Amino acid sequence: MSQLSSTRTGTRAAPSVIEASRTPTIGAPVSAEPGRVLPIIEMAVLIIAAVAPLTLQNYMTVYATRVLILCLFALSFDLVWGYAGILSLGQSLFFGMAGYGVALLSRDFHIASLFAVVPLGALIGLVAALLLAGFLLLGRHTSSVVFVSLGSMTGAYAADRLARGSYYLGGQNGIPSIQSMSIGSYTLNEGPGFYYLALIILIVVYLLSRFLLRSQFGLALAGLRENEQRIAFFGYKVQHLKAIIFAIGGAIAGIAGSLYAFHEGFVWTTILGVVMSTQVVLYVLFGGSGTLIGAVIGTAIVEGLSFWLSDNYRDIWPIILGLLLLLVILFRPLGLISLVLGERERVGTFRPSPKEIRDAAS
Amino acid sequence: MPLLEAVGISKVFGKLTALDNAALTVDEKEFHGLIGPNGSGKSTLMKCLAGAEVPTQGKVSFANTDITTFTPTERARAGMSLKFQITSVLPTLTLYDNILLALQAQSSLLDLVFSRTRGRQHEQVMTMLAQFRLVDRAFDAAAALSHGQQQWLEIAMALAGRPRLLLLDEPTGGMSLEERRVTGELLQPIKQHCSLIIVEHDLDFIRDICDRLTVLDQGRILASGTVAQIQANAHVQEIYLRRA
Repeated sequence: MSQLSSTRTGTRAAPSVIEASRTPTIGAPVSAEPGRVLPIIEMAVLIIAAVAPLTLQNYMTVYATRVLILCLFALSFDLVWGYAGILSLGQSLFFGMAGYGVALLSRDFHIASLFAVVPLGALIGLVAALLLAGFLLLGRHTSSVVFVSLGSMTGAYAADRLARGSYYLGGQNGIPSIQSMSIGSYTLNEGPGFYYLALIILIVVYLLSRFLLRSQFGLALAGLRENEQRIAFFGYKVQHLKAIIFAIGGAIAGIAGSLYAFHEGFVWTTILGVVMSTQVVLYVLFGGSGTLIGAVIGTAIVEGLSFWLSDNYRDIWPIILGLLLLLVILFRPLGLISLVLGERERVGTFRPSPKEIRDAAS
Repeated sequence: MPLLEAVGISKVFGKLTALDNAALTVDEKEFHGLIGPNGSGKSTLMKCLAGAEVPTQGKVSFANTDITTFTPTERARAGMSLKFQITSVLPTLTLYDNILLALQAQSSLLDLVFSRTRGRQHEQVMTMLAQFRLVDRAFDAAAALSHGQQQWLEIAMALAGRPRLLLLDEPTGGMSLEERRVTGELLQPIKQHCSLIIVEHDLDFIRDICDRLTVLDQGRILASGTVAQIQANAHVQEIYLRRA
């Protein structure tokens, strides 16, 4: 009948798996007041992460470090998709470009200081995301989910192919033997040192993201996710909001990519491509999109499971993992976290604190 | 100088002419009703005014500015607000957050990131909720409201930014008689600061609250005038009797 109503009912009539992950499941616990489950989960995860290297063998700590870096990567996708509703299937573009960027910094300029590598990674991710946002999000009219997802995926695919063909970037082989990262005169090798560095960076990014998402900006993002057109009619510049969160997501993916390059000691084309992008989608859907801790838990569980399954079921482990992922997405579209976290607490509230109200009155 | 002036508005969808040279003027603080049979072009005219559709021909001026090609965001920032025909409150957010979301739409990015406006907007949020009789449910999810209450919440959201002109597309659709009566009461006080264009099927409702009416039929303006003039218009009566 009308353009407005048909676009709205259109998305309702054909919900995809991804779409369904944002729709609350019937029967999910809904309490009147936000509960206190989230802080408990967050604290538990933090304690486990903090003590893990004390109990793990060194090779497992190396593996766990990689997982932490991937958690950071998952946060970037969760911000963009879980909170702002932008389906970026090319998140690896920012991860991989930053990885390659810092690898070149090491190879060509012999710079490996943490204080150069991580900021450069963030900058590369930010700029690349802004450029891509210019194409995908910043038109005068809002772009469709399909356009954004296919567009970003194409970006990742193209970057992968270009890197394969580039002599400067090492072609198929990538860039090997990146030197170790340094902090001042201290050289950081694989193991507990790198683990705690990755953990600290993850915690800082997590807390900054949480601050942002609980702010009034977070409320605007919630509006963007739930009904982009509606909030445009309130006067929100939705394209700007999208470009900003997309760029922040790009920067976080860039930080993750730069750490990944130095942790692994080499970069290769896969980290730019579609496989890596898809992986991060699975982490977040598995754990629970729209919660930061869900992204972290999802990454840890998927990676942990793959490690264990590949050890014990050498031939068929990808099938088992695939089925498990499918089951979660089918029966828990809001991810594993929704087993313990109610809808009300997940969305949260953005009302001012009593202190903010008092301050405003005085 | 009228607040809103639309002249020569035509809208063609393929072979269908939804609007044919329609015109509308609305003064400051005037309540103006759009009526007409189904398919007469009321909703299309509303969309052309709000920016959801761009007219094929014609010109829309608002507060002395030509806004014909403005996006919805730009129109909202100029002081125009729309309540959609289908309720589109944000169901998972609380009522409070729904209103705050509407109120803070024009805050700067830094104010949003550092949450600098919500402290002083708190009172406005609570006032809006009280005005629309929703204050008891302030911290419930909007999805838990009845249909009528969702409509009120949406009117409250549309009014939150203190617009100079509010466009309401069938605000009483699906409401009970009692809810309609209350809606009329809720709309009266906004007259002190805001004009209203309202599309409505319920003629009794619209007669009670509007100053002037415009009647559309098959995309054309059939008549425009005060409620009394329209009621006395033989042509209008014929249209309504013919379709009744």
